[in-house]
Amino acid sequence: MKSEEILSKQLFEPATIDPSKGEEITKPTLSYWQDAWLRIRKNVGAIIGIILLVTLIFFALVGPYMTPYDSFEQDLSRAKLPPKIPVLENISWLHLDGTIQFTKDQPRIDVYEQKGIEEYFWFGTDGLGRDLWTRTWEGTRISLFIALVAALIDMVIGVAYGGISAYYGGRVDNVMQRIVEILYGIPFLVVVILFMLILNPGILSIILAMTVVGWLGMSRVVRGQILKLKNQEFVLASKTLGAKDSKIIIKHLLPNITGVIIVNTMFTIPGAIFGEAFLSFIGLGLPAPMASLGTLIEDGFKSLQIFPHMILFPAIVISVIMIAFNLVADGLRDALDPKMRD
Amino acid sequence: MAKYILKRVAFSFITLLIIASITFFLMKLMPGTPFTAQEKLTEVQIEILNEKYNLNDPVPVQYAKYIGNMLKGDLGVSFQFDNRNVTDLILDRIGPSAHLGLQTLIFGAIAGIIFGVIAALKQNTMWDYGSTFLAVLGKSIPNFVFAGMLQYFIGVKLGWFPVAFWEGPSYTVMPTIANAMFTLAVAARFMRTEMIEVLSSDYIVTAKAKGLSSAVVTIKHGLRNGLIPLVTVLGPLAAGLLTGSLVIERIFAIPGLGEQFVRSITTNDFPMIMGITLFYSVFLIFVILLVDILYGIIDPRIRLAGGNK
Amino acid sequence: MEKILEVKNMHVSFDTFGGEVQAVRGVDFDLNKGETLAIVGESGSGKSVTSKTIMRLIPTPPGRIKEGEILFGGKDLAKLSEKEMQKIRGKDISMIFQDPMTSLNPTMKVGKQIMEGLIKHQKLSSSAAKERAIELLGLVGIPQPEVRINQFPHQFSGGMRQRVVIAIALACNPKILLADEPTTALDVTIQAQIIELMKDLQKKMNTSIIFITHDLGVVANVADRVAVMYGGKIVEIGTVDEIFYNPQHPYTWGLLSSMPSLDAKEDELFAIPGSPPDLINPPKGDAFAVRNQFALKIDLEKEPPMFKVSNTHYAATWLLHENAPKVEPPPYIKRLKETKQLSKSGAKASDHK
Repeated sequence: MKSEEILSKQLFEPATIDPSKGEEITKPTLSYWQDAWLRIRKNVGAIIGIILLVTLIFFALVGPYMTPYDSFEQDLSRAKLPPKIPVLENISWLHLDGTIQFTKDQPRIDVYEQKGIEEYFWFGTDGLGRDLWTRTWEGTRISLFIALVAALIDMVIGVAYGGISAYYGGRVDNVMQRIVEILYGIPFLVVVILFMLILNPGILSIILAMTVVGWLGMSRVVRGQILKLKNQEFVLASKTLGAKDSKIIIKHLLPNITGVIIVNTMFTIPGAIFGEAFLSFIGLGLPAPMASLGTLIEDGFKSLQIFPHMILFPAIVISVIMIAFNLVADGLRDALDPKMRD
Repeated sequence: MAKYILKRVAFSFITLLIIASITFFLMKLMPGTPFTAQEKLTEVQIEILNEKYNLNDPVPVQYAKYIGNMLKGDLGVSFQFDNRNVTDLILDRIGPSAHLGLQTLIFGAIAGIIFGVIAALKQNTMWDYGSTFLAVLGKSIPNFVFAGMLQYFIGVKLGWFPVAFWEGPSYTVMPTIANAMFTLAVAARFMRTEMIEVLSSDYIVTAKAKGLSSAVVTIKHGLRNGLIPLVTVLGPLAAGLLTGSLVIERIFAIPGLGEQFVRSITTNDFPMIMGITLFYSVFLIFVILLVDILYGIIDPRIRLAGGNK
Repeated sequence: MEKILEVKNMHVSFDTFGGEVQAVRGVDFDLNKGETLAIVGESGSGKSVTSKTIMRLIPTPPGRIKEGEILFGGKDLAKLSEKEMQKIRGKDISMIFQDPMTSLNPTMKVGKQIMEGLIKHQKLSSSAAKERAIELLGLVGIPQPEVRINQFPHQFSGGMRQRVVIAIALACNPKILLADEPTTALDVTIQAQIIELMKDLQKKMNTSIIFITHDLGVVANVADRVAVMYGGKIVEIGTVDEIFYNPQHPYTWGLLSSMPSLDAKEDELFAIPGSPPDLINPPKGDAFAVRNQFALKIDLEKEPPMFKVSNTHYAATWLLHENAPKVEPPPYIKRLKETKQLSKSGAKASDHK
């Protein structure tokens, strides 16, 4: 009671309240992309993925020029050298000092000293004496190129096919979906293998083989999205107002599925990288002497037990690329469409 | 429901015929016959071989013969293994592949489910991040790289398990783990999202409000509902296991179908390639069909919808 | 009257990335045996959190009971362990949820869902539990219970499902039933059926009900007493007559005025301006002040205490302070009071007949 008495009469005068103040919007409005960027920035995984990707792409572009060696230059006198990297050679447990241990009981042998080689081969050399640093990064470049182009083609075909099928619906959709169902019945890599058998080996044929059925996934997703969108009221409203098909597609449908398309493409890239490596691995990849990550790993497997360095670096690079793309794709999915989380 | 299944089976059959035709014509598109490349053979011998394998007939006749024989279960004779029937060769090789595939699926799915459920129950803790990290690795690292790592570190360096071949249970350990990483990753990711969704649904609160213990709520009401949709990823998983078996069997020198397939590719053994392709397609289509039917049986909502039609 | 539940100074917060959301900020009320207490308020006022907290069903983390006591049967529910709480849930205190379409397990037979609680709390054998489940389904008005018991939730309509949910809640004859917007998701005709059913069952079982809703029409129909919540606090509490015919808090006025009625004039349908307060940084003083056309300067400075209007009626508004200016309630509210007097004399008149 006492505290109440202290309250002065003045306080009991009516206050002037502006009722509109309660409805003020306090948060700034963000566009779809600003919002997505904010979400991605908070996603530690995606940020790590982006950093890894930028680094790898940098090395894929610049790496081959950082050493004086050519990726095709063979020299049997310096074949099968283990990796030797300045500075890091001093950290003994890394064994990046040009030494090799053939069996458990023998001491490590410095191969560089034995063969009288002064130069440093950072990732070592392969069975024909080619510098693996140069070949690894050139291989990375080729693998990335194949994957990016394949993913892009998949995207274009998939969006067009799925979009047409869903937008026109009815009989068109029916026929187009039966075709898709049949293609789905064949294991993806079996189709790729069959096509690789007919085509002459090369970058182009790998891309072609992978895109023959690679677009199926994208077309399914796009079809599903368009089917959902085209019956929504805002599309109906636009139609009622007399908008043409082209306008509805460009103005209403495409902007609403960009997120899905981007995310899906991001997931196809690692798939394509794996596909290329897989083909190389079963002997259907790039013809020698060209290098891709897959052919390098395939080569390395032959001498895995004695010269593990030959497989080590391309294997690390391909794994890191795959991890990076998956992390970025995961981050993008969460950022662009929270409802889509797998 | 029976009508639906019948319709699906019929459609699957047509799909198979189309796949068989596509494979056949693709093979015909290839330049030459497998015998032209072999220098040891004289022209007369090649001619005799071509005659023997019906390669001199006009393509439509070859096609009709092929499809006709296929329907009888006869996939032709392998070029590589003289006079051996493709069907027999496939049946010979299927054992190890089926063994590896099944073992991989069981191990991968169970481990994946456990990881996924733990991640969902302990959301945003180290358990969750650890499980997610493992799933990203499993999805990202190519199986042949992982197999190589296992072979080198566990097989060669530590000597815990045999490096290659297929001669007993201990020989299956490393191939199974290498092959299961993808299955594990997919199952773990899928299970995590499913469980999070299920555990946040209203009926879980209802179950808790009944006074049931957390274990009963999680297992009887949560896990059961979370597991049902997992059936839908069985199709992609089976496809993944197929491609996985190609490389894994090659790396670990396992006498399975995948290894056979890779070998017939390098030797241009058409009947064998076509036979295995067809076999893989039959398998995949069967799995997809099975998944559809299974899903209808497990989920009462779909079961009824099917019955009403 | 026997108090069955006492909630004292309950504070509940949720720790989010944006900060601590103070969903409930000091709530006091009692529940008497056999009565129905309605808690009304708009979305985000903390009414659902209040009921979930009594059941200890708020997810922890992020939610936590910061302060306060929930006294039931000599125990403080706020301090019970999860194990002890499991013995109370479904047995002494049960809950009915808002959306019958999602609150039943889609892959479990309806009968089994009812039996679970019976087997757990009353240690019934499964055949006895099944018999009781059939009986319960009949009690909540589901025809052919012995057939229905083996069906799945999707084979029931929305109203029928809500009856099942009620059967689950009443399975063990609970002392308290928390009904969290049990009719909101239903069609109007079904709403009436469910409310009648609940009233009927309450009479039979003598259960106390806390009825949470934002629908004042429903409140008038079911409640004995009403608590109005705003911004995580109870701003006015009283008997149903007191709240409807003699409301004191400007927020209650707003709520009542925004309820459409047949006899209200067209221009009288009223909307409270603004939106509910931000509970991460709750406003200083009275949380409702910024939306209140009758606000006093002190409302922006100091939180009003509960002023007593009658033995059963309390309201937290400075307008009841002796120093406050006399404020005329909006015309609609004034008319309500008049209606009340009319209906009273009308009732008397009919009594005389």
